[in-house]
Amino acid sequence: MPETAVTALWYRRLVLALLLAPALLWLFALIILPHLDLALLSFRERVAPRQYVVSLAQYRTFFGEPLYWHVFVRTALLSALATALTLLVAFPIAWIIAKLARGRMSALLFVVCLIPFWVSETVRTLGWMILLRESGVLPALLVHLGITRQPVELLYHDATILVGLVYTSLLFMVVPLVGSLESLDNALIEAAYDLGGKGWSILREIVIPHAAPGITAGCIVVFMLTLGNYLTPTLLGGKNSQWFTEQIYTQFITRFNWEQGAAFGFLLLALSTAMVWLGLKISGQRFSDVMRRA
Amino acid sequence: MISSSARCALMVFLALGLLAGTPARADAAKVLRIITWADYVPAEVVAQFRKETGIQVEVTLSNNEEMISKLRATGGAGFDLAQPSQDRILGAQQEFGIYKPLDTSKVRLDEFVPELLATVRTNATLGGRLYGLPYVWGTEGLVYNSKRTRISDYQDLCKPELRGRTAVRLKRPTLMAFALASGTNPFALYGDTKAYTALMQQVGKTLAACKANFRFFYDNKDQLLNGMRAGEIYAAMMWDSGGWALNRENPDIKFINPRSGAIAWMDTFALPARGRNDAGAYAWINFVMRPEIAAKVARSIGNFTAARGADQLMDPRIRAQFAATFPDGLKNIKWYPAIPSGLEEIEGGVLDRVKAAD
Repeated sequence: MPETAVTALWYRRLVLALLLAPALLWLFALIILPHLDLALLSFRERVAPRQYVVSLAQYRTFFGEPLYWHVFVRTALLSALATALTLLVAFPIAWIIAKLARGRMSALLFVVCLIPFWVSETVRTLGWMILLRESGVLPALLVHLGITRQPVELLYHDATILVGLVYTSLLFMVVPLVGSLESLDNALIEAAYDLGGKGWSILREIVIPHAAPGITAGCIVVFMLTLGNYLTPTLLGGKNSQWFTEQIYTQFITRFNWEQGAAFGFLLLALSTAMVWLGLKISGQRFSDVMRRA
Repeated sequence: MISSSARCALMVFLALGLLAGTPARADAAKVLRIITWADYVPAEVVAQFRKETGIQVEVTLSNNEEMISKLRATGGAGFDLAQPSQDRILGAQQEFGIYKPLDTSKVRLDEFVPELLATVRTNATLGGRLYGLPYVWGTEGLVYNSKRTRISDYQDLCKPELRGRTAVRLKRPTLMAFALASGTNPFALYGDTKAYTALMQQVGKTLAACKANFRFFYDNKDQLLNGMRAGEIYAAMMWDSGGWALNRENPDIKFINPRSGAIAWMDTFALPARGRNDAGAYAWINFVMRPEIAAKVARSIGNFTAARGADQLMDPRIRAQFAATFPDGLKNIKWYPAIPSGLEEIEGGVLDRVKAAD
């Protein structure tokens, strides 16, 4: 009897191990190994053709050259701003889907949010470029309506980058928000009104605390996506984009400086980790709760 | 150059693919994988080559930097033939060892224009062995819309009335052009790192001050051509083929040889270090260097090839455009010498600063 129990236990472990194997293999071979490789790379310096020594030069360059940390800080701030804007835009949408729309209407609204994701990010961004360029649709419309006398260039501004980023990230904010708002009992809101609450105070004291894990989850996902986005800032920002991922690409591809690129990559990883940690601390959320919502 | 762990990851990935029963790839000798520039391998020529030799050509479009980076990442594998510019071979070879020397006995050298072959020999020979053969050459100069403005040299792109109406690439050719325009030949300073750094920093300042004039920094030819066609861009640095293409569509758009001199480039044939089909690559080189095939390639690109006798078969319109742009022939043209490794790091820092300027 005990022998079969042991066998059964082993059998169950084997099945578990086999089930997990693809994911673990994936994680190890395609995420952990390359990262270790990059970490080693970032602590190297080229001294002569094909000669490298261990050094902190790449990180020193980052801190010694105001240019690079300026772009770094700028990317972090604009990403935070894009996240906040996404939350502002997504919240009413999520509220309508979760609380006001019924049945098919709510599903339909969800699909409307999803439709832009049926085409690739490149195509979506190029679509924005067609709309916003000087000879594009929107400037022509502004002239037609008499708002501007000449077509204006709407591309290559920070605001353009923000529009593109919010648009790209909207869905990733709406989904966790809808999830957390749906679980909010309507009776709670009605009770709050009965007790003399006003719209704003109910939002602040009932709705937002209840939706906090969803909000945090959405913000984390959107912030990380934005921080690591390459295409949207580069295409819409043009000559002034200055996004940190672009620096990483440039170092790797056009400067052949993998060492510097690797160091930049790790600095970006550290930044996103720090910002997520900070966000959780400020909002008083636990990582595991939040991730369950995301 | 790829490190062991990344290679290990690749092996695991490949092993997974094999386990999943991926069908074996077509025989390596039947496929020729070329990494090259847009229009360099026209479909018509590919079809004819296949008919003659049975070899299927696979094309990957790229540019100089990406070519080097991709070959570096695989240690020179993944492609059987590459087409880097002649000045970009030596440094990349010294630094990363991504090419193998050419066996000139397998190529009909008398099909090449001797002067162009000599240039590549000077710039792409390492340890007595040749790493490149000439394919296509052309120049980079200025293009402008004569309805809007009139310019004659690179620094004219910074004229105040062209604010937001010009474009350049944020790459080394722009640095070279503005250095030439400042009256110093950057190529003469290639060996003097200190003087070269000072020159590049000065050029960087000029470009940063001029940044308001640039509408965008373009990454590919089409982006600029679209900007010129839409009338958003009045003047820009451009390759001759693109400039002449615009001129054929709209005679108001002119391609000119700037006063400081157009910069001449030449793209080559080079063999990646771990290519699998050298025989196919040599067959392709001999094939496209036949004057009648080279003429087809030239029509596709809009530039002259290094094939002897092919320029007589060139589109007469392009020959006329060439004569209009270069009335004195090739006297006032600067050829790129091979870039010593390390210089691009200096230029990179300068370009980053231009990008960050307000």
